[in-house]
Amino acid sequence: MADLQLEGVVKRFGEVQTIHGIDLDVTHGEFVVFVGPSGCGKSTLLRLIAGLEELSEGDIRIGGESVAHLPAAQRGVAMVFQSYALYPHMTVRENMGFGLRMAKFDKAEIDRRVEEAAAILKLEPLLERRPKALSGGQRQRVAIGRTIVRNPKVFLFDEPLSNLDAELRVQMRVEIAKLHAALGNTMVYVTHDQVEAMTMADKIVVLRDGRIEQVGSPLELYLNPVNEFVAGFIGSPRMNFFECRVLDVADDRLRLELPGDERIDMPADATGLRSGDRVTLGIRPEHILEHDRADIRLAIDVEVVEHLGGSTFVYARHIGGDAITLQVGGLSDIQPKDHRRVSFSRQICQLFDGDGRNISPHKVPGELKDEEPGQAATA
Amino acid sequence: MHSSINETKSVGLSADAAGAGRATDFRQARRRERRYGYLLSFPALLGLFMFLVLPFLMAVGMSFTDQRLLSPNAAEWVGLRNYERLLSVDWLVQEAERSDLGEVVRDAGGEPEFPSLRTVLRGDPAYREYREFTSWQWGEKRYVLLAKDPRFIQSFLNTLLFVMLVVPLQCGLALGLALLINRQLRGISVFRAIFFSPVVTSIVVVSIVWTFLYHRDVGVLNHYLQALTFGLVGPIDWLGDSDWAMPSIVIMSAWQACGVQMLIFLAGLQGISQDLYEAAELDGAGRWSQFWHITLPGLRNTMVFVILSTTVQAFGLFTQVDVMTGGGPQGSTSTVMFHAVAKGFREQDIAYGSAISVVFFLVILLIALLQKKFFDAREAK
Ligand SMILES: Nc1ncnc2c1ncn2[C@@H]1O[C@H](COP(=O)(O)OP(=O)(O)OP(=O)(O)O)[C@@H](O)[C@H]1O
Ligand SMILES: [Mg+2]
Repeated sequence: MADLQLEGVVKRFGEVQTIHGIDLDVTHGEFVVFVGPSGCGKSTLLRLIAGLEELSEGDIRIGGESVAHLPAAQRGVAMVFQSYALYPHMTVRENMGFGLRMAKFDKAEIDRRVEEAAAILKLEPLLERRPKALSGGQRQRVAIGRTIVRNPKVFLFDEPLSNLDAELRVQMRVEIAKLHAALGNTMVYVTHDQVEAMTMADKIVVLRDGRIEQVGSPLELYLNPVNEFVAGFIGSPRMNFFECRVLDVADDRLRLELPGDERIDMPADATGLRSGDRVTLGIRPEHILEHDRADIRLAIDVEVVEHLGGSTFVYARHIGGDAITLQVGGLSDIQPKDHRRVSFSRQICQLFDGDGRNISPHKVPGELKDEEPGQAATA
Repeated sequence: MHSSINETKSVGLSADAAGAGRATDFRQARRRERRYGYLLSFPALLGLFMFLVLPFLMAVGMSFTDQRLLSPNAAEWVGLRNYERLLSVDWLVQEAERSDLGEVVRDAGGEPEFPSLRTVLRGDPAYREYREFTSWQWGEKRYVLLAKDPRFIQSFLNTLLFVMLVVPLQCGLALGLALLINRQLRGISVFRAIFFSPVVTSIVVVSIVWTFLYHRDVGVLNHYLQALTFGLVGPIDWLGDSDWAMPSIVIMSAWQACGVQMLIFLAGLQGISQDLYEAAELDGAGRWSQFWHITLPGLRNTMVFVILSTTVQAFGLFTQVDVMTGGGPQGSTSTVMFHAVAKGFREQDIAYGSAISVVFFLVILLIALLQKKFFDAREAK
């Protein structure tokens, strides 16, 4: 069992504090993804777990045992670097066996483990080559192979796919997911990439400025972001936000005025809100319908249309002047300069109070099924 | 139908023509670029030619004459005489002198006596111009190595010794210093400047200062040595003892020049990705393993360059010897360069000095090529 626990983890570089007290529980075998904007401390957190940076405060436990004072090599973690960090003068075989060699394993055992890992990653024909003579994807696999060989309790990945081209990235993503399924080890994965996070994670940790914003499954984060930041960060294209004015407050309802004078009733946790307050309405591009038959209607002026084949991105402005993005079906007939009315369901949209806190009711995937819009409507 | 065929044809033709036009343009541009290249490198090439190639060719030419530095007589062609004088070596074996009874004559110390070498050499026309280089005794025989210019042979061996001592010391020192200052500490640039400062100090000044440091009676070095060993060791006559003189010059030279190699190593160190050290740390490599498995291999190319350039530089040893020992004691610090200058300028035999330079140039070239070949072979492995 190799649970990973972070408890009040704080990191300061000199005067500057970059990680502000992180608590996190990862159970054995989970695939955890750290996402967040650049500079939010993803790499630093990973390096703290690895033991490449020293903790300023707090504790890190692996398998229940504190590793805060153990050197990196004794923590039972292995890391894949963004740059791969393969030893340039060693062959693939030597690269993969280096950790075992340092741990004084005997030659036969090293060979056996290296060949086993090479078989998993289809690296056998490349074992005698130097990294220089490998393609990007092959280097990536060697870097992963190097970690497998040591059979660590926790795998750490720091943006491992960011140097690969799009196609290879998809392929490696699948391979890492398969690897996780096959090995069943705990994995912590840092990425910038939305899609990687959503597709690979059992659990996503959204970070901002050295703090955890939300932890949850991909779908949980997608449907019930705790605040405006997470709502904007998860999902691509980005969620649309509209400033609204509160006209009237009941216990579990708000009467709002949308930009463009449309008035609507919204279910919400209205405690602490008064009429005249400002709230933010959020709706994902893929939840906006091309027709005007749903509850909330908007008039838009289309500016740019991008046909991706399977779907269409529409960039437009609505009456209030704010930019709005729609994701509609691939065969949509929307044209630039169109002036048209679109709509969306009040059940699928989010509402945030002045502090960005989500005040819309909790959403459950099953209950939303019938409202699932977009592509279906055009088909 | 017709017209369409015609059209295709004409299109094809014009495309060809355009292609040909582009190719000529391209060639012209290339030619123009090459011309600029020559033009821009001309000043440097001119300097190289005037101050390096031409003097060397003149030296080669002069080495076949009997040119004197300042002489009213026209120089004459003498063929290979200078080279012969330079490179001739021979040997002979002497029997111990025997009395009329056939017994070996011994001196007061019981050592056998040998006939005077000078008389032997004078007496035999085959040994004309030869002088003793070195000799050793084995039982009742004495083996003598002869050379027409024994001082040259000695200088050559001294130079080799200097190179073999100073290259490892200087490169090791440079690497050590580079490792020391290759870290993000406050004020590290001050150390960098300090370590580099001997390089920008005149070698003549450094030599004079070190002559004082090495002084037998008032030198700081002997003072420290005696203080640290409670008077058990020393005082050593660093520059006056033929065993110590060369090592003393080696130490001082390595100290003076290693700053340059230190900077080169520093650049090499900074070219090694920090990720590699972190990966090695995770792989459980300690400091020493990291040095051995990451740093050294990562510095390979730097190392080749540093060793090659230091070797060539070391062969040119002159100033320190000239200032500190004048080649002595007993020629133990005389180097090829020193000897060439002594012959060519002090004794005004510029033709002979030229011959020394030419031979020495070839030797250095050969050694540099061998070194390069050695490193290339290792690279290929
Ligand atoms: N060695 C260091 N010294 C000082 N500050 C540092 C150091 N390493 C990181 N930081 C700071 O810590 C913060 C977090 O950095 P970190 O590299 O963890 O970001 P990140 O989330 O990985 O960003 P990215 O997505 O760009 O890789 C940044 O503000 C960075 O400037
Ligand atoms: Mg990072």
